[in-house]
Amino acid sequence: MAYSEKVIDHYTNPRNVGSFAKSEDNVGTGVVGAPECGDVMKLQLKINPDSGLIEDAKFKTFGCGSAIASSSYVTELVKGKHIDEAMAIKNSTIVQELNLPPVKIHCSVLAEDAIKAAISDWRAHQGVASGAPAAKKAEGA
Amino acid sequence: MVRLPIYMDNHATTPVDKRVLDAMLPYFTEKFGNAASRNHSFGWEAEEAVDKARNQIAALINAKPKEIVFTSGATESDNLAIKGIVEFYKDKGNHIITCVTEHKAVLDSCRTLERTGKATVTYLPVDRYGMVDPDGVRKAITDKTVLITIMYANNEVGTIHPVREIGKIAKEKGVIFHCDAVQAAGKIPVDVERDGIDLAALSAHKIYGPKGIGALYVRSKAPRVRLTAQMDGGGHERGMRSGTLNVTGIVGLGKACEVAQAEMAEENRRLLDLRSRLQAGLFERLEDVTLNGHPTERLPGNLNVSFAYVEGESLLMGISDVAVSSGSACTSATLEPSYVIRALGVSEELAHSSIRFGLGRFNTEEEVNFVTDRVTREVNRLREMSPLYEMAKEGIDLKTVNWKAE
Repeated sequence: MAYSEKVIDHYTNPRNVGSFAKSEDNVGTGVVGAPECGDVMKLQLKINPDSGLIEDAKFKTFGCGSAIASSSYVTELVKGKHIDEAMAIKNSTIVQELNLPPVKIHCSVLAEDAIKAAISDWRAHQGVASGAPAAKKAEGA
Repeated sequence: MVRLPIYMDNHATTPVDKRVLDAMLPYFTEKFGNAASRNHSFGWEAEEAVDKARNQIAALINAKPKEIVFTSGATESDNLAIKGIVEFYKDKGNHIITCVTEHKAVLDSCRTLERTGKATVTYLPVDRYGMVDPDGVRKAITDKTVLITIMYANNEVGTIHPVREIGKIAKEKGVIFHCDAVQAAGKIPVDVERDGIDLAALSAHKIYGPKGIGALYVRSKAPRVRLTAQMDGGGHERGMRSGTLNVTGIVGLGKACEVAQAEMAEENRRLLDLRSRLQAGLFERLEDVTLNGHPTERLPGNLNVSFAYVEGESLLMGISDVAVSSGSACTSATLEPSYVIRALGVSEELAHSSIRFGLGRFNTEEEVNFVTDRVTREVNRLREMSPLYEMAKEGIDLKTVNWKAE
C-alpha cells in the first residue's frame, strides 16, 4: 500500500504537535479511540470564549501514518474557524484532502470525532465557568 | 556506507542466492526437458536434475529421496498433507490437533475441513513465549485423532516448538505428525527421524531459493504414510501430486538446501551475533521495549519486539528505507492485530506496536547498526507525538483509562 504525498508530508512534518500547558484557560481537549484499536487521538483546541473562534490547535496521536496525518491536517483546518463551522466538518473532507484509501477511512472518522469531542469538552467547561454559550458567528448569505 | 533500502524481512521471503540461480539457469533454455519424458535425452537430463535435487532436499532433513513430493510451495504442501490425510484415513477417525499460532495455510485447511463436516479440530493454546505444551498435545489425543499438525518454528515470533517431544507422543499414540517446517528447515537442524516427523512442508523461497516451489516430505516406512491426492492428473510424484514437474524450481530448491546444509552452523553463529547486537542496541537505547516470543528457543534470525506507545505501521512508515514487518492491524485489511502475538497473551496495544526483524544471509553488521539508529530515532520521534507516552510519563496507568472507542 503506497501512501499519498499529503499523508507522507503530514507524517514527516506534522503540524501543531504537542499539548497546551495545563494552566492555560479556554482549552478544550478531545481524546478519542483506544490503544487496543491501534488509534488514540488527542486534539486540543484553544477557543476564544467571546468570539467562539478557534485560535490555536495541538494534537498528539498514537496510530498509523494516516491517523497522524488526519489529526495533523485537522489542526490546520480548524484554526481560525468558528466552533460551529468546526463542528460541521465532515470526515469526507479529510479523506479527500489526504487521499485516504478505503481501509483508512476510520482515521478520518476518528479525527472528526476528535474535533467534536474537543469542542464539547470546551463547552462543558464554559458552562461551568460562565454559563454563557459562545456567540454564534454570523454566516455569509 | 550501507546501501538503501535495507531488507530485514527474511521470514517473508529471501533473495535467490547467486549459486542457486546459477544452478537453475541451464534448465530454462538448453536443458528444458520434461522430467516425465522417458524416451529421449531431454527427458532423462531433466529427470536426472530432479533426482539430484531430491537427494539434496532429503539430505537436509535426513529423509529418503523418494519421500520428497514436489509442490508449488508450502501452502500447497500444508493443504495436501492436512486434507490428504483426513480424506485417506476417514475410516480411522476425523480429529485433528493443531495450535492457534499456526500459519494460515494450516489453520484455514483445518477450518475448511471443520466447515465441510470432514473433521473436528482442537486448537491448542501456546504459553506466553508462543510455545505449545507437549502434554497438551498428549491430552488432546482421542481414539478419533488422525493427525497432529504443529509447526517447527513460528514465522512471526520465531519460537521453536518442542517438536521432538511431540513426535515422540505421536509415535506412542500411533497418530500421524505433520510439521510445517518452512521457517526451520535450512535454518536450524531438522531431522525427521530424530524428531519423529511423518510429513513436513518445505519452501524454497524462505531459504534463498525461488518462489513457486516447495515440497512435502511423506514418510515411507514406520509408518508408511498415505494420503489422498488433491489434484487429479498424470499421477506424478507417486500419485500424490499430479502436474509436470517444475524442473528449474526443483533444481533451485535442491541447491538452496545443499547450500543451507553446508553453511548452517556458520550462518547461525553469524545471525545470532547480528541479532544480539540489534537486540542489545534497541533495549539499551530505548525504554519500554518488550521481546515477543521465546528468549532462547527461537530462530537465530528472528527478533520480534514491541515498542510501547508507538503504533507499528507508523513506525514502518518512518523507517521506510528499512524493510521489516509489523503485527499492527493497520498492515492488514482486517484491522485486527496479529493473532500470533495476541495468542501469547500480549495486550492488543502492544500487539499493535510489534515489529518483526528478520535477519538473513545477506545482512551485515553495518546494516544492523543503521537499523538500530534509525529505529531508535523514529521511536523517540513518534513517542513525542504519542498521547499514550505523554499519559504514561504523567503516571497515568493506561489500563485504568475509560477509552471512548467507537
